[in-house]
Amino acid sequence: MTISEVLIKIQDTSARAVVENSLKLAKENEDYHALLSLTEERALKRADDVDSGKISGKLAGVPFVVKDNFLAFGAPTTAASKILENFDAPLQATAVEKLEAEGAICIGKANLDAFAHGGSTENSAYGPTSNAFDKTRVAGGSSGGSAVVTALGVVPFALGSDTGGSIRQPASFNGVVGVKTSYGAVSRYGVVAMASSTDVIGSFATNVSDAEMITDIITGSDKNDMTTLSDFFVIQENVKPNQKIGLVKDFMTDDVDAEVRDTVNKYVEKLKNAGHTVEEVNLPMAEYALAIYYIIVPAELSSNLARYDGIRYGKRAEGVTTLSELYGRTRDLGFVTENKRRIMIGSYVLSSGFFDAYYLQAQKARTLLINEFNNLFEKYDLLIGPTAPTPAFKLGENTADPIKMYLNDIMTVPTSLAGLPAISVPAGVNQAGLPIGVQLMGPMKSDASVFALAKSMEEK
Amino acid sequence: MTQISRDDVLHLAQLSKLELADAEIDGLRIDISNILGYVEQLNKLDTTGIDPTYQVTGLSNVWRDDTVIDYGISRQELLARSPEVADFQVKVPKVL
Repeated sequence: MTISEVLIKIQDTSARAVVENSLKLAKENEDYHALLSLTEERALKRADDVDSGKISGKLAGVPFVVKDNFLAFGAPTTAASKILENFDAPLQATAVEKLEAEGAICIGKANLDAFAHGGSTENSAYGPTSNAFDKTRVAGGSSGGSAVVTALGVVPFALGSDTGGSIRQPASFNGVVGVKTSYGAVSRYGVVAMASSTDVIGSFATNVSDAEMITDIITGSDKNDMTTLSDFFVIQENVKPNQKIGLVKDFMTDDVDAEVRDTVNKYVEKLKNAGHTVEEVNLPMAEYALAIYYIIVPAELSSNLARYDGIRYGKRAEGVTTLSELYGRTRDLGFVTENKRRIMIGSYVLSSGFFDAYYLQAQKARTLLINEFNNLFEKYDLLIGPTAPTPAFKLGENTADPIKMYLNDIMTVPTSLAGLPAISVPAGVNQAGLPIGVQLMGPMKSDASVFALAKSMEEK
Repeated sequence: MTQISRDDVLHLAQLSKLELADAEIDGLRIDISNILGYVEQLNKLDTTGIDPTYQVTGLSNVWRDDTVIDYGISRQELLARSPEVADFQVKVPKVL
């Protein structure tokens, strides 16, 4: 279901009828466990306000879902954790406010890996989400719930956050469009922080134009987020012809699923038929990107998660007598194992004596990776490759081995570390019928060009 | 490869303010050892003379006026989110 189809339906019936239908679909699909809560009462009230003309805008009456690490009214903001189980947001994320200002209606909050730590949504404290195409498989993650509700047609679009692939990989696994914006393009105010130097906000949609429209609405500087860039995003109506596109060879090795590689190669053929030039390029630092990521991200998140201490808000452990016990017990009960693992890795790489060997070395290696991207973008307009090495894997398949799970992000973390825009577009299905996504990546702030190319290929 | 002992895990837990259940400690010891083993491949890279990248926006010192901004959220509303409140303040166990 596209946004324009929904807008027509609202005109033909009412915003209330459309929102009621979305809520009904959400309930009918409960067994996927894609949503942690519905914001039913508030959503219906807003729908009535659209119908009475009190609320208007480009998206008046269009239902959407937010990942449950966005502060939003109408239901608790849990980040899929126990520590925030009943947290009632006192304010809303800027991205949510901007969508509401255009009349969009949030109907529920989507499941995720607790605090967005994971690549399958199996780390949710409330249980995993199933893949939209095969219930025995993972939704991907960490924004798994948002991807699945979009794929199931519960809503035409959803918001997610992407720190190392958390929008793109579940988009690939569920056959929808998933957008990671340039770092700083969208305000992160009111979104639970994970790794501050790579966290970005983005969207899921059923087609590129819808995702482009949402991006246009949510981008821009925000006085509440000092890392936002001034608004640079302008929709490109026409795609630049005869582009030079680099196919990242390091993402097309024999380790990558053969059907995934075939899907990318077919997309490359389409690009060539459309008049673009595609050449194989090397990104040798890609091999190190995951190691860089798993030093920098735990370091940053160990600091960001220090605020969950059971003092000012959230759950507090009971029956404790000392302050130290309060912190320790609250955090032990409030975090899932993956949270603890990452916090402890962060504490390790930041501790005195290890800082230079791990954290500083990783930040220097990050510069080398960025230099390689910069060199490639001197010659190429955009880069292309798979979004993930495989289609959706089985529930439970990778949970015993964190590194095996991390390796799923090997093609998405490089652009995250460099802050670059990237989008995963559905490009086909394998023999078992599982979706496969192709990833288009551009230089910093080239979000609009990435959309323009993806949009032009969608029509082919 | 770095081997993490049970004592190392307990030390990291203490630094991280996590009171781990006994059953979790061994699993975390193995996982943390493996992850550190994996990331240590960065030692192979020659980074002499390379500057670290801490952020990618190029922005520095983004200031705002030093004035009070009213977000429309009262002290009472914020205190209502605290697990324990007394006398219009957040209550904590004895610190000293």
